[in-house]
Amino acid sequence: MILTILILLPLVGALVTAFSPAALARLVGIGFAGATLLAGVVAAVQYEVDAGMQLTETYVWIESLGVHYALGVDGLGILMVLLTVVLVPIVLLAGWRESDAEGNSGAKSFFAWTLALEAMSLAVFTATDVLLFYVVFEATLIPAYFLIGGFGRSGRGRAATKFLIYQLAGGLVMLASVIGLYVVSANSGTPSFLLSDLAAIDIDPITQRWLFAGFFIAFAIKAPMFPVHTWLADTTEKATPGTSVLLVCILDKIGTFGMLRFCLGLLPDASQWATPAVVVLALISIIYGALVAIGQDDVLRLIGLTSLSHFGFIVLGIFVFSPTGGTGAILYMVNHGIATALMFLVAGFLIQRTGTASIREMGGVEKSAPVLAGFFLVGGLAAAGLPGLSPFVSEMMVIIAAFDHHWLVGSVAVLAIVLAAFYALWMYQRTMTGPGTTPVADLDKREVGILAPLALALVVFGFFPMPLLDVINPVVDDTLAQVGIAQEGGQQ
Amino acid sequence: MNLLSQTVRLAEEGGAAHAPVVAPDTGAGGVFDLLWLVIALPLLGAFLLLAVAPFLQGSLKAAADKHGHLVGTAMSALSFVLSLVLFFALLGRGAEERQVGQQLWTWFETGSISVGMDLLYDPLAALFLLLITGVGSLIHVYAIGYMEHDARRRRFFGYLNLFVAAMLTLILSANFVGLFLGWEGVGLASYLLIGFWQHKPSAAAAAKKAFVVNRVGDIGLSLAIALMFATFGTTDFAGVSEVAGEASQDTLTALGLLLLLGACGKSAQVPLQSWLLDAMEGPTPVSALIHAATMVTAGVYLVVRSNFIFELAPIAQTAVVVVATVTLLWGAILGCAKDDIKKALAGSTMSQIGYMMLAAGLGPAGYPYAIFHLLTHGFFKANMFLGAGSVMHGMDDDVDMRHYGALRKAMPVTFLTFAMGYLAIIGFPGFSGFWSKDRIIETALAENLLVGLLALLGAGITAFYMTRLMLMTFFTEKRWEKDVHPHESPKVMAVPLIVLAALSVLGGVLLLGDWIKTWLEPVTGTVEHHEPPLPAIVITLIITAVVAIGVAAAWFLVGKRDVPREAPQDVSFATRAARADLYGDAINDAVVVRPGASLVGGLATFDRVGVDGAVEGGSAAVGGLSTAMRRLQNGFVRSYALSVLAGALLLVLALLAVNLA
Repeated sequence: MILTILILLPLVGALVTAFSPAALARLVGIGFAGATLLAGVVAAVQYEVDAGMQLTETYVWIESLGVHYALGVDGLGILMVLLTVVLVPIVLLAGWRESDAEGNSGAKSFFAWTLALEAMSLAVFTATDVLLFYVVFEATLIPAYFLIGGFGRSGRGRAATKFLIYQLAGGLVMLASVIGLYVVSANSGTPSFLLSDLAAIDIDPITQRWLFAGFFIAFAIKAPMFPVHTWLADTTEKATPGTSVLLVCILDKIGTFGMLRFCLGLLPDASQWATPAVVVLALISIIYGALVAIGQDDVLRLIGLTSLSHFGFIVLGIFVFSPTGGTGAILYMVNHGIATALMFLVAGFLIQRTGTASIREMGGVEKSAPVLAGFFLVGGLAAAGLPGLSPFVSEMMVIIAAFDHHWLVGSVAVLAIVLAAFYALWMYQRTMTGPGTTPVADLDKREVGILAPLALALVVFGFFPMPLLDVINPVVDDTLAQVGIAQEGGQQ
Repeated sequence: MNLLSQTVRLAEEGGAAHAPVVAPDTGAGGVFDLLWLVIALPLLGAFLLLAVAPFLQGSLKAAADKHGHLVGTAMSALSFVLSLVLFFALLGRGAEERQVGQQLWTWFETGSISVGMDLLYDPLAALFLLLITGVGSLIHVYAIGYMEHDARRRRFFGYLNLFVAAMLTLILSANFVGLFLGWEGVGLASYLLIGFWQHKPSAAAAAKKAFVVNRVGDIGLSLAIALMFATFGTTDFAGVSEVAGEASQDTLTALGLLLLLGACGKSAQVPLQSWLLDAMEGPTPVSALIHAATMVTAGVYLVVRSNFIFELAPIAQTAVVVVATVTLLWGAILGCAKDDIKKALAGSTMSQIGYMMLAAGLGPAGYPYAIFHLLTHGFFKANMFLGAGSVMHGMDDDVDMRHYGALRKAMPVTFLTFAMGYLAIIGFPGFSGFWSKDRIIETALAENLLVGLLALLGAGITAFYMTRLMLMTFFTEKRWEKDVHPHESPKVMAVPLIVLAALSVLGGVLLLGDWIKTWLEPVTGTVEHHEPPLPAIVITLIITAVVAIGVAAAWFLVGKRDVPREAPQDVSFATRAARADLYGDAINDAVVVRPGASLVGGLATFDRVGVDGAVEGGSAAVGGLSTAMRRLQNGFVRSYALSVLAGALLLVLALLAVNLA
């Protein structure tokens, strides 16, 4: 029941917020987000490491089609749930005043849509029925569309439309594969959309490849990967930083989540068949994303593009099919969520103060706002994979696994550590250092309170990632077993 | 501190005689259980000064700002005391038992690899601990005076503590991943401290340059770690040293070269040398501690620590020797042409690290002397940097030696202490540098005549540029303006200078009875020493003669002439090249920076116009999406709910069709 509660809480919260008086809406919204966080923690406490899919609920929905309302989480799912329930309250607090600013659709609307998006995302991460997954996967687009279109800078309408078109195209392609899966299932006996039933079917290689193409394209757009990434830069540039956190740190994870669940889980032969192409695309994303990020003048656009590079690492880790790569990829999904959220939110606070997002027009902020500059630097260094901050561990794992896969793959991927250091520190240099123009106010208590947990998490998981890894390792072993790769004997 | 400990595989005794296996005793107990505290103390200092103090309120904040430097200095000093206790405890153990391990916790682990936060304390680490915390504490004390009028002194000491903690992590780690943690930590501290006065654009740019160039080297270290995991399944020194012999020759060569790339970045060796001179933008105590005595020598440590790889990779060893020889001359030439006292010293640092690298590249015969020179250089170069800081302190932060002259009278303590460092670096008989450099050149001559001769030439150039620096600063006629009033620095700055001067004079005692060689044997192994081509005493005399020629040349070219206040422009090509850092930056600009800028600019445009256009246009053409897009933009279909509904309907229809069929 806990998973249903987890989805219903923010969904009801969205409705209640939407119909509460304007003065109360924010309190109601944050209240529901807090309750959801609590429910997420309860779920995490109930979760048992290394016990497979659990907290399951299965009800028949459309019997003749084999559709179920089926929920459950494994290690990957529970981590994504936790990431979501933690980030949403932070985003709401960060948008406390901003969403009421002139030209935006109002705090009430922001809070309601955010909660709706949280509900849909949680449903995506817990759905164990493919059709249910598809429905909620598409449903996330509605709140996302209104969040992009209703809040942010001018030009956001076009960005929202572009976002929608891309995602819609991906969704349609995936729909074809979903139908294909149904056909396969129906042909092998009783039709069923349950993941566990589908995984048991031995799908012939050629069919697998077609189905793989559908899922992979949809997830590559979501993740995003080169060359279907261009919605990302426009969206993050125009939307509010809070919305970008929801999109890039939570919603985009559905892409890599789906690759693990559907591509590797249901279509193992096709996944291995596609590996060379996917690895090359991932490498291009890593290097290309970092290079393009260096060339940006808009802080938010720059941060958005760094995610292209980071998602390249995640996809690379998934598709080298090794315990270290898979674990690195999933850990990367968590770390990227924390680090990128920190970057977007600090940048948001910075832009509120300078009144511009153009790096060229900023400078010398550190002098008057050292605490803000400190958080900005921590975020940048995390993106650059500095050891001691959590993204290092996952990035190193992916590089190790990529190198093991083929030395050339590892050698290309590792170039990102130079490029990332460059975009992070060059951005810091141009915005924070120098003689400075007009002084800006340093972060207030609310803002420090929003950012400090994220920065703290980066440091704590940088030195003590084992609690996360204990949850991740069994999932990776299970997934690799499904792909048919026997786990290498642990050396130690 | 064993509560979090995890058992990891330890190497068995054995292995090739020339590449000793690291086999730490993890149950040593006693004072060795406090090993972690050496790192934790300065780390706590950094935490208090950087993460707690900024959020204090009112009088507490004022107190933190006023007295924070004392906390930082105390943490460093305590760490030094503990290092001393540990050193004597290690000294008390038999030579066979001088490798002590401590396992703190499992850092990360997957189905196939496991990395522990493990420490290794052995004779090599012991010497580094004393150098880092000892010289580090002296520099903390000095900085109390040097940074007295800086409003952000508390933060400065926080960064210094962070640096010390990271450097100790680098040295004490028992595996290459932990070493990398410290390696990047010192890089971060270096970045923060070079850019400490970041309101100056030049300082901010220099800080970024140092970090990014170092990251190029880090490619090497990262890939070396990946290659070790792929080949050996571990990066523990114990594990790797045990099985290194089983790897293929190509793998070992690749490992050696990758490690060398890392070492080049951190130790400012050619071709990754260009950041060090710019790094002089940092406050002078930083230049002394990080960019002379400790951090920049980490590359030498890496090569010596990885001796079990280099010993099996002769091609990589040759590469180390070549890089080192080029750098020792390169740095010395830069030192001759610089008028900025700190940059002249920085060129000298490059050159001296070249000597250490050279020794490290010569194998077991050279390892002890690499470390010996690293220690003596740590003393005399820190001494001279702090001396330079003292001069700048008295000269209103002017760094141009052409504006100095005759300062020996105005600053007697600075002069005398600086002179000890000067005599040590040029290798004046009896001073510390004499012993260490002499041994390196001697070993080089025995291994390879050409390399030995070039090292000898380097000694002559060193004598020249250091004498030039000495003359322009403390002798010759005074050239400062009327409103400059050079004065001696306060006691808090003078005392560290005196201690370091004493060490510069006496550092040679480490060689008494070949002590340092015997001490390091458990780490570096022993080997039959090649006999030098001439008797040692003859070589020593030749070196001393070459040094004398260098000193005399400087006397005739600088000391006996008038030094113009402005640098003359009608100079030879060689001087122009040396002033321009031998075109190191020009080459970087032409090869990397400008093409890189064009590439990045081009890609950014391509991404906006090319990829985006292609995807939008392509998908529109294929799927007829352009109509849908126009409608959406026109507000024709505002709600996406309709689209989803359409999709869902399509789905149901398709399913029905399949079912009916």
